Amino acid sequence: MTSSPTPTRRPVTAPVSDRPELPTDATVRTYEGSQELTPRKGAGAAELLREVGSVLRMSEAEVAALADEQPTEDQTMILNMGPQHPSTHGVLRLMLELEGETVLRSKPVIGYLHTGMEKTGETLTYLQGPTNVTRMDYASPLFNELVFSLATETLLGIDGDIPPRAQWIRMLLCELNRMSSHLLFLATNGLDLGAVSMMLFGWREREETLRLLEMITGLRMNHNFIRPGGVAADLPDGWRDGVLRVLDLCAPRLDEYDELLTGQPIYRARLQGVGVITAEEAIALGATGPILRSTGLPWDLRKDMPYLFYDQVEFAAVVGSYGDAFDRYAIRLNEVRESMAIVRQILDALPAGDYRIQDRKVTPPPRARIDESMEALIHHFKIFTEGFRVPEGEVYCAVESPRGELGCYMVSDGSAVPYRMRIRGPSFVNVQALPHMLRGGLIADAVAVISSVDPIMGETDR
Amino acid sequence: MSDTEAMSGFQEESVADETGAAPTSEAETRFGVRATSSRGQQVLHPSRDELVDLVRTLRDDEGYRVCIDLTAVDYLAYEAPRRLPPDVAPERFEVVVGLLALDSHERLRLRVQVPADDATCPTLFDVHPGTEALEREVYDMYGIEFTGHPDLSRILMPEDWDGFPLRKDHPVGAIPVQFKGVQNAR
Amino acid sequence: MGWDMKRGLEGLDYNIFTAKVEDLVNWSRRRSFWGVTFGLACCALEMMAAGASHYDLGRFGMEVFRASPRQSDLMIVAGRLSQKMAPVLRQVYDQMMEPKWVLSMGVCASSGGMFNNYALVQGVDQIVPVDVYAPGCPPGPETLIHAINTIHEQIQNGELLRRREARGQGAGAGVVVEQRDGQLEPATAASPGGGR
Repeated sequence: MTSSPTPTRRPVTAPVSDRPELPTDATVRTYEGSQELTPRKGAGAAELLREVGSVLRMSEAEVAALADEQPTEDQTMILNMGPQHPSTHGVLRLMLELEGETVLRSKPVIGYLHTGMEKTGETLTYLQGPTNVTRMDYASPLFNELVFSLATETLLGIDGDIPPRAQWIRMLLCELNRMSSHLLFLATNGLDLGAVSMMLFGWREREETLRLLEMITGLRMNHNFIRPGGVAADLPDGWRDGVLRVLDLCAPRLDEYDELLTGQPIYRARLQGVGVITAEEAIALGATGPILRSTGLPWDLRKDMPYLFYDQVEFAAVVGSYGDAFDRYAIRLNEVRESMAIVRQILDALPAGDYRIQDRKVTPPPRARIDESMEALIHHFKIFTEGFRVPEGEVYCAVESPRGELGCYMVSDGSAVPYRMRIRGPSFVNVQALPHMLRGGLIADAVAVISSVDPIMGETDR
Repeated sequence: MSDTEAMSGFQEESVADETGAAPTSEAETRFGVRATSSRGQQVLHPSRDELVDLVRTLRDDEGYRVCIDLTAVDYLAYEAPRRLPPDVAPERFEVVVGLLALDSHERLRLRVQVPADDATCPTLFDVHPGTEALEREVYDMYGIEFTGHPDLSRILMPEDWDGFPLRKDHPVGAIPVQFKGVQNAR
Repeated sequence: MGWDMKRGLEGLDYNIFTAKVEDLVNWSRRRSFWGVTFGLACCALEMMAAGASHYDLGRFGMEVFRASPRQSDLMIVAGRLSQKMAPVLRQVYDQMMEPKWVLSMGVCASSGGMFNNYALVQGVDQIVPVDVYAPGCPPGPETLIHAINTIHEQIQNGELLRRREARGQGAGAGVVVEQRDGQLEPATAASPGGGR
């Protein structure tokens, strides 16, 4: 019997690509050279000393004692964790030197999300700036926009003239964003430790917050809402009900999480005593935010160097005592409650008024006026094409983001684009505290510690 | 933007035109180095040789225990006059160190001039270990080498990258976007 | 076809269905379609939101994101790809088993997005072949689900051994059934003739 003819093919979708074929046997190896952890044999004494914790500035005797207990080369293994890994919160790569399961030295290798945002920021006008910086810390984007706007307004000299309503709206949005960022932390912390249901619970609350932010700002993430001069638009109708709904929803659920996690022996055993850092070490390493507060130091920029109207609301800076991962978890959980309290106070205190400064050179005119006034049309055109000019000078402004001190150092040369826009991302510095926290722990603790530091690689690498 | 917003009317003068906050070059010193003020913020101008001792003194004696930021600026294309004290010679690069005092809740900024032909600066790692990564980033982005730094390697760019991206003579690297021509132009 | 559905299974005229192996394999591939975790930046949060309970990828059988590329079918490149990360992307893509699909999520992955500069690869399709692009900055979970459904359609309608067409060699599933004269012939590796 002859073989049947080739069956007619039904039309298929187009071939995958018309591009020249990439080699199928491409064995791509990744190698970051001197950025990686050097093996113990090749590392000089200075390198070993540095990574083993020279931040403590040990004495000679301590160094000698430490040198005695170094394991031989055969007993240690360098394990590479990341940059693609389920538990590294984005593209963080950690090289761990292990003796068995104990972590000796570690080195974070970052830069896998470097986006050149500071260079891009030098080509965008001050009105376009928030769209750029908002994507740095993408879990709490409004804080990036806030610090950029504060720096711009300080350079412009209008920082005292921003209408109160605009400042209160900024506070409201930032606290809502702090809530959603900490809920994200609770979710990912649970997921990293194996409490997968916490992931879904945390996202459930976060979705409600994002829905509210979408109603107010128009976007779920990367809002570009806080701009130099105020905010982009006024609060829409029904915002108050939306906020109250979110607050009433979250309050009992936070108690549920207390029951689910805080009191649970497994959760406590995995987090307590893990990733301990003392106040002196955190200060020496520059760590801020929940890491610093977990050591017992009540440093919160909202209370100690207040901006916006944080000095007019009552809230507590949540502080831990042991400096371990459990404290950081508990701090963030309670900071959600504190943020909710702040939001309730904002609801009562929000005044009527303008939502942005009425300065024609900075704020675009309302669209209706463009039809009526030639000046408004010209201002609109100038602001959106060339951008407004900022007097020359340099300034540093900082806010308390969910991860620590988020700062913006801006240099202006009088033109319409920033000359230098530097964002001091808290995660960049917090991640460098990881080797110190990981030393002596197990690999499983490494996952817990990274999660407790809550890094966002967007602001680490920028 | 609400079209029906009740406005209080635009101000006739623009506040943004005033440059009244431009810092004057005062012959003032603080902690032994030249000091200026920029938008109400204190700035010191140590030289490269004075930097480490100054930071150490500030940390130990004056309470500026945290080095909150360390970055650099490339003034190659700066078109405005540099606001520096009279006896501080402007150079191409500036290393900017931010310090924070936790007890007195004050900030301080140090601006160190670094010449282009000798782009080095002493490291602050021994005083503030947290500057290790910040200095690596400055090296990566500007090419300023920090003498005494334990591990001066690139941190953000790939290991084999040529050039220092945040320098003003390094291009942004934008690819020109080709838009397809409109077939039926109106 | 002879199925009185009101009577359930009792209403079937015959209890033998015929279908093509191709359809069956495509159906099973699209219904259990696991992704590898490749969230890079902001789009990763929206990808997680799509997997969470409000938007629920679990109804497509996709709530599981495998960390190991060996166990996954789909790579959702969620976020901006920097120059340093590009070799890692290629390495993970190479480690995935055929058949595999790539979804480029977000404008940064599709074309470089708003960051047209030195640091980003202007579109991941310079590194890996992309099947579906999902625009947005970030694309909301609904957009992502729409893109995933588009891939599902591609899988359902597409050729079983699709990369064979592009590559000209047997890089597909390797499902070969040879039958002649009603008798089963042993499958031979050297006969890429394709199934009937």
